[in-house]
Amino acid sequence: MDGFPKYLLRRLLQFFLVIFLGVSGTFFITKLSPVDPVEQSLSLMTNFGATDPRAVELMRQALAELYGLQGSIFEQYLAFWGRVLRGDFGPSLSSFPTPVMSLIMSALPWTVGLLTLALIITWTLGNLLGALAGYYRTNTLLKLSGAVVMALHPVPAYIVGLVLLLVFGFIFPVLPISGGAQMNLQPGLSLDYIRSLIQHGTLPALTLVLVGIGSWFISMRSLVSNIVTDDHVVYAELGGVSSGKIFSQYVARNALLPQLTGLALSLGSVFGGAVITEFLYNYPGVGRLLIQGIYRGDYSLVLGVTTMSIVAVAVAVFIIDLIYPLIDPRVRLG
Amino acid sequence: MNADVLKVEGLKAYYQMNYFGVRREVRAVDDVSLTIRRNEIYGIAGESSSGKSSLIKTIAGAITPPLRVVDGSVKFDFDGRTLDVYAEPQAMKGARWQNLSYIMQGSMNVLNPVRKVKHAFHDFAFKHMGLSERDFWAKVEQHLQRIGLDPRVLESYPHQLSGGMRQRLTIALATVCEPDFIIADEPTTALDVLVQQDVLALIKDVQRRMGASIIFVTHDMTVHAAIADRIGIVYAGRLVEEGPTLDVFRRPQHPYTAHLIGSLPRIGDSRKRSALPGKPPNLADPPSGCRFHPRCPLAIDKCKTDNPALLPRQTGRVACWRAGEVEAA
Amino acid sequence: MFKILRDLLRYNIEFTIGFVLTLAIFLFALAHFWAPLPAEAIYLLPPDMPPSAQYWLGTTSRGQDVLWQMSAAIWNTMLFGLTVTILSRLLAVAVGMLSGYLGGKWDQILMTINDTMIALPNIPILLLVYFVMRDSMSWPVLAATAALLGWNYDARLIRSVTLSLRNREFTRHAVFAGMSVPQILMRQHLPYVMPVIFFTAMNNLIWAIGLEVTLSVLGFSDINRPTIGGMIYWANQHQAIIAGIWWWIAFPIIAIVLLFLGLFLLAISVNEYIDPRSRLSRMGA
Repeated sequence: MDGFPKYLLRRLLQFFLVIFLGVSGTFFITKLSPVDPVEQSLSLMTNFGATDPRAVELMRQALAELYGLQGSIFEQYLAFWGRVLRGDFGPSLSSFPTPVMSLIMSALPWTVGLLTLALIITWTLGNLLGALAGYYRTNTLLKLSGAVVMALHPVPAYIVGLVLLLVFGFIFPVLPISGGAQMNLQPGLSLDYIRSLIQHGTLPALTLVLVGIGSWFISMRSLVSNIVTDDHVVYAELGGVSSGKIFSQYVARNALLPQLTGLALSLGSVFGGAVITEFLYNYPGVGRLLIQGIYRGDYSLVLGVTTMSIVAVAVAVFIIDLIYPLIDPRVRLG
Repeated sequence: MNADVLKVEGLKAYYQMNYFGVRREVRAVDDVSLTIRRNEIYGIAGESSSGKSSLIKTIAGAITPPLRVVDGSVKFDFDGRTLDVYAEPQAMKGARWQNLSYIMQGSMNVLNPVRKVKHAFHDFAFKHMGLSERDFWAKVEQHLQRIGLDPRVLESYPHQLSGGMRQRLTIALATVCEPDFIIADEPTTALDVLVQQDVLALIKDVQRRMGASIIFVTHDMTVHAAIADRIGIVYAGRLVEEGPTLDVFRRPQHPYTAHLIGSLPRIGDSRKRSALPGKPPNLADPPSGCRFHPRCPLAIDKCKTDNPALLPRQTGRVACWRAGEVEAA
Repeated sequence: MFKILRDLLRYNIEFTIGFVLTLAIFLFALAHFWAPLPAEAIYLLPPDMPPSAQYWLGTTSRGQDVLWQMSAAIWNTMLFGLTVTILSRLLAVAVGMLSGYLGGKWDQILMTINDTMIALPNIPILLLVYFVMRDSMSWPVLAATAALLGWNYDARLIRSVTLSLRNREFTRHAVFAGMSVPQILMRQHLPYVMPVIFFTAMNNLIWAIGLEVTLSVLGFSDINRPTIGGMIYWANQHQAIIAGIWWWIAFPIIAIVLLFLGLFLLAISVNEYIDPRSRLSRMGA
């Protein structure tokens, strides 16, 4: 077997392996805990005002299964998988008795929306600028914009976000710096709500774009400056093909292939940036959920978000793997 | 109408590098003059790294820094219109593929891997043909059939074709506009021997039918013997001998040529072939005088100090102080 | 080595700026050993003093001198970054070189695991580790965890270099001469892989420092140990922005941006020096 079926099988295998190792890793990390998480959580429960003995018992059972405290370690491990596969992480401690899963599900659209938008802008803009800078190496404007995005790229998302927050929230207060949309607006397709969504999303998205664009710029520029010496590009130049066509169809199109693979590989770390940015801007996504969970000692929530983010990133990577053959005929047609 | 289609005069092209403040200069093409006639196949021979590839790139106007033309000129004559490659880059761009096409070294990779073959024909040739889309494709299909390719290859991606087919395809691409002049840089090197014969026959056939001139570069002397009308021998960036193929093979005038030809295997001849001592010179620091003198069996003191000019002799030209004595040796 | 440094300083402006910047920040960080007060001490100075002749960069709401805090903080942050870099280089080199040298099935297995690790989101996993360890979390443990998550990209890069060395003549000679696999890898291949290790180390250092800043800004590290992120964390806790104590937050940000800029300029100029392709195009330009 070769070509496309083989490619698909490998990607599928990788997909399941990521989930398997990620979820197993999560299980074993919880074993590092020096204290009994169940008792600690239950003692915290009274702080959040849950005193119904039945609810406490339900919580104890969910926690005991999640943290694998019943039976041998193998049975614990299986019970953990059972919970993960059912998507049942029990009730949240800090928002008792709302199930962790419904908290995650209501936060997920925010994160997916913000991240997808920011990623599309970042990837497109970074690759376009990088490709142009690699092709027209002497252009001063491109060199200058390159220097700016490259200088921003090593700075952590939190610092960039904090500076944007200070500039646009305090020095020139033109944009909202907290939340996903205006509180008193009814969610829906009304113009006001959409405008509010965009306003609230601008700074978090801008943070992610500014942080992410540099690495695409750098890698695309170096890819392009290598591809321009490839035989098929040199040949097209000798053939008098117009430089616009050479740039788009011969250079950029070939350079985009590794960049698409790179996009799949980068999703894991991009998600990390989103966690921080959401927390900074109090954006109602899973990142904020995770950090709040940690601050409040909400075991089930933290475990649920970590596990689900591993699954979500794996799914996103797999989707990109499925798109790849559409662009590269060598994979599609074997 | 002028009988010469290409005139190269005193061409010098050097790799000029400036690294950490140290200038380095590699004289890849050093004072080469040659002319190529209409309807002629001109072979350029020489060892690898002799500068023959740089020479052909410079003639094609396909050089990129750090390789630069330092002196001399390359002029084409297309339908009575003179075109100076380095003085008129804009006109040169218009002439590409219309008058001047190119078959590249490593032809395996000259087609864009992510696009169908038909796009290459459209990108390279359509604007020169002055035909409607429909007539253009009819013409391309007809041309492919003449070259022995199924027109269905147009719908394929390069990776789906065999090496031999890809080579035929690039020849089809280079000849579809019926150019006056074709530059072929080692077009058969990567092919196995049977395909090689096939491709050579094809190139020769197309050339005769269209009446184009070809400059053909390869290190393989047997290929030159099979295809070239005249050959030029390049050593260390210089043209050292030139003449009609048959005469050069029968009576080489330069000791280096004599060595190249002498090392060819012949049927029924089991004598040991002598290897040339030493290595090709480093072009960043070439030997003084005649660049061949450290390896030349006939070298005399004069060869070490004075560079011999390329002078007419018998049916060709040769650059050697002892040209007359080569045959005897 | 010294000659390379001299040449780079003389002919590469990016390297020179990066070098001077990093060196200056390093010396500034080194100065904390001569600080007048211990860095962990709080409420020893008058709080919320703006920058003045006495307190050059002002004091914090916790009664600390911002200047000396920053000096110690940069030192600690750099120490964390270097620890992560060294640990993760060991992993990356071991996996990358073994995978590239052994090839075949082993290469496939190691690289599948490698790619799996790349696809895992680092931050949530690190946060989970912090969360379950909590009070028993110390910076060396955090550094070790970060190192475990930060080697896989570079292992891939090192693998591709080793893979190309594997089929070279001298490798076969070494095999015929009866050298063992570790011997071949250490004596024959390591010198070729060294430039890649060096370059990835620069990038990894930048990543690790960024990670430290991110985690400590959120308070997910030992908050009593002064770090750049920790300073911003405490400033946020005391609502420094709203209270107008801008110097508490502005100076750490400036320091960290300068440090990143310096390291980044070093990284790209060193990369350009190592990568022959970009070197050639620069020579011709």
